[in-house]
Amino acid sequence: MLLSYKVNDSYAVISAAGRLNMVSAPKLREMVAEVVAAGSARIVINLAETAFMDSSGLGALIGCLKAARQAGGDLRIAAVQPQVQMVLGLTSMDKVLTSYPSAAVAFGDD
Amino acid sequence: MKSFSVRLIVVLTVLTGVNYIVWRWLSSLNWDAWWIAVPLVAAETYSLIDVMLFGMTVWRLKTRTPPAPAPADATVDVFITTYNEPPELVMATALAAKKIRHPHSTWILDDGDRPEFRELAAANGLGYVTRSAEWSGMPRHAKAGNLNNALMQTEGEFLLILDADQIPEPDILDKTLGYFNTRKVALVQTPQYFINVPADDPLGSQAPLFYGPIQQGKDGWNAAFFCGSNAVLRREALMQLGLVGYVKETEKSIRRALSASQAAIRKARKAAANESALLQQTLDEVEAATLEARRQLDAGESLSEITYRARRRVDRAVQALVSADVSALQADLEEIAAMSPVEIGDAGVPVVTEDAVQRMAARDWSPLGAIESVQAVLDALSVERTGEAQPVMPLATISVTEDMATAMRLHSMGWQSVYHHEVLANGLAPEDIGTMLTQRLRWAQGTMQVFLRENPLVQRGLKWGQRLMYFATMWTYLSGFAAVVYFAAPIVYLLFGVLPVTSLSADFFVRFIPFMVVNQLLFAVAGRGIPTWRGQQYSLALFPTWIAACTTAARNVWFGRPLGFAVTPKDRQSGGPGWSLIRPQIVVSVLLVLAAVVGIGRLAAGMSEPIGTLVNVIWVVFDLVVMSILVRAVRYRGYQGSDSNDAADSTIESSKERAVRAPELQSE
Repeated sequence: MLLSYKVNDSYAVISAAGRLNMVSAPKLREMVAEVVAAGSARIVINLAETAFMDSSGLGALIGCLKAARQAGGDLRIAAVQPQVQMVLGLTSMDKVLTSYPSAAVAFGDD
Repeated sequence: MKSFSVRLIVVLTVLTGVNYIVWRWLSSLNWDAWWIAVPLVAAETYSLIDVMLFGMTVWRLKTRTPPAPAPADATVDVFITTYNEPPELVMATALAAKKIRHPHSTWILDDGDRPEFRELAAANGLGYVTRSAEWSGMPRHAKAGNLNNALMQTEGEFLLILDADQIPEPDILDKTLGYFNTRKVALVQTPQYFINVPADDPLGSQAPLFYGPIQQGKDGWNAAFFCGSNAVLRREALMQLGLVGYVKETEKSIRRALSASQAAIRKARKAAANESALLQQTLDEVEAATLEARRQLDAGESLSEITYRARRRVDRAVQALVSADVSALQADLEEIAAMSPVEIGDAGVPVVTEDAVQRMAARDWSPLGAIESVQAVLDALSVERTGEAQPVMPLATISVTEDMATAMRLHSMGWQSVYHHEVLANGLAPEDIGTMLTQRLRWAQGTMQVFLRENPLVQRGLKWGQRLMYFATMWTYLSGFAAVVYFAAPIVYLLFGVLPVTSLSADFFVRFIPFMVVNQLLFAVAGRGIPTWRGQQYSLALFPTWIAACTTAARNVWFGRPLGFAVTPKDRQSGGPGWSLIRPQIVVSVLLVLAAVVGIGRLAAGMSEPIGTLVNVIWVVFDLVVMSILVRAVRYRGYQGSDSNDAADSTIESSKERAVRAPELQSE
């Protein structure tokens, strides 16, 4: 999985391309921790190119949400693909992590 | 009486042949010129073995009497296989097949999946079969795949297989089904005979020696071959073959997966060294499961049980992994909720259900999928044969010529075959040298693939006679290498005066001539007057094709390269003669002529001796006469339809198996 981030004025965007699974999930956690430590607690994870996610990947998303909230920010997800959407729905995590059509509008409300 | 005289001549051929070749090895080699002497004696030994195998074949030549009448209630499917042949041709065969007297269903097996054929079949009350959906994205296996697919969609007890151009006689089933009254008979093969071939058969299409003494001889050893068309097969035997093959393939792939598992797990452990203890435990479980499966496999337990248990054990470990992920996630959620309950949702913290855990632990979403090497092992631990369209493949798919491999497997399971020596279908042969060369190359490649993949000499279940009958046919396809030596030896002598034998003295002639004479006699008597000359010519003249077949088949089997190499009939289509297709032969012929001229010049200048020159010039003339058939083949403009209604007697020879034992030695 390829991970990269970009810090905007009011939030940071992390782009994740590939499979969010047991191997790549810890890397996502690390990157979020790094971004939060750098002072950006408002984070969007762009999942436009994430075709697959397993239980470890899901665990990482929730773990990252916790990290963002603890730092006083929030974590949102954008451009969710079908398999990831299925996992979120099946586990009811779609109630916790709202998905936005794109990273640009994820923090559009505030 | 007949069989006695044949056997007597076989004995004499072996005695004189061994006498000659032993003398050649022990006393005649010119070691100063070992680089030509050894190849020549090796080629001669090759040819002697070829003759001896032919002698063994005709030793048991079997002339069958007509069988009892066919059981009236035997159900038959007639399969007409087509890929890209034109509709007129296929329909002519299909309508003739419909008229076969014994009750049957006729099916067009259209591998080209052409709507036109579907309509034609429906309009004429014929069955129509194309590949089922399972085949998409799977290996297609050409004609064998086409037949295997049709076997799953039909249900007749017996199958008559016809190429698209083989028009059957109405009584073809009446004359062949009776053999199946013997329960062990799985195959009845009838000759392949071509009606679009002139009396002189310039392309060597007919195969009267193969569809004659050779198949009858093999029949005597219960080793008559399946030749892909004009044959009736017993479905039960084919299905048994498919099931046995399935079990064998499955066990092989499971064994392979299990032996790969150790390395895969070790690798995964290394990569996951910093990961959770739970992942380590999961890997331990997978390892334990594969070790246990291996033990059970060695103990002979059933494959489905073994794989089921191994998968169950792994699945439980994976579920534990997912559950751990989920409980960590749940704990995170609680913490989040404690921080700001409003934002987590109205109904409190959502709970991941047991169903969701199950789903996320399933094979396609399993976290273990992240470790690809381990996942590959787990995928292979199945009995579903996921790499093939259908798990059961009755017709062998190890070769581009499925027929020989299938027959050999039938024989090794104890089934019997019959060769019925009567033309019951009339076919069409290629009408230009390009197509002919492509076809011969394919046959030769297919035969060599079988030889390299399932060497008949070591197949369990085959009797020694059967092993040698299969081996004999494969052996003939090595003739290209011998031919090169037979062309090179006279050139070397005439150009440089290097003789591969120590002397051409009486010692040589008293051993060579008797062998040659009985050898020719053997072919004359065993062949019952069938002219074998055309086949002898092609066996030598097509040496580049035979060599290419051997090398491409070896590369294919050993290194997984595609068979590729194909002589395309483009020259023919563009109208010009296809001289470029026989370039190596032209080069060799020019060298032979040149050598003869130089050799005579050397004799005139007193640089060489008369007997050596004479023998080698005769040899050159023989080689050129052999090669001359290619001139006619290249210039052949296709069948004109006039001169041959009795081509059965025409001067022809085998295409699938050429009987060229004699000329190589004769040319000595």
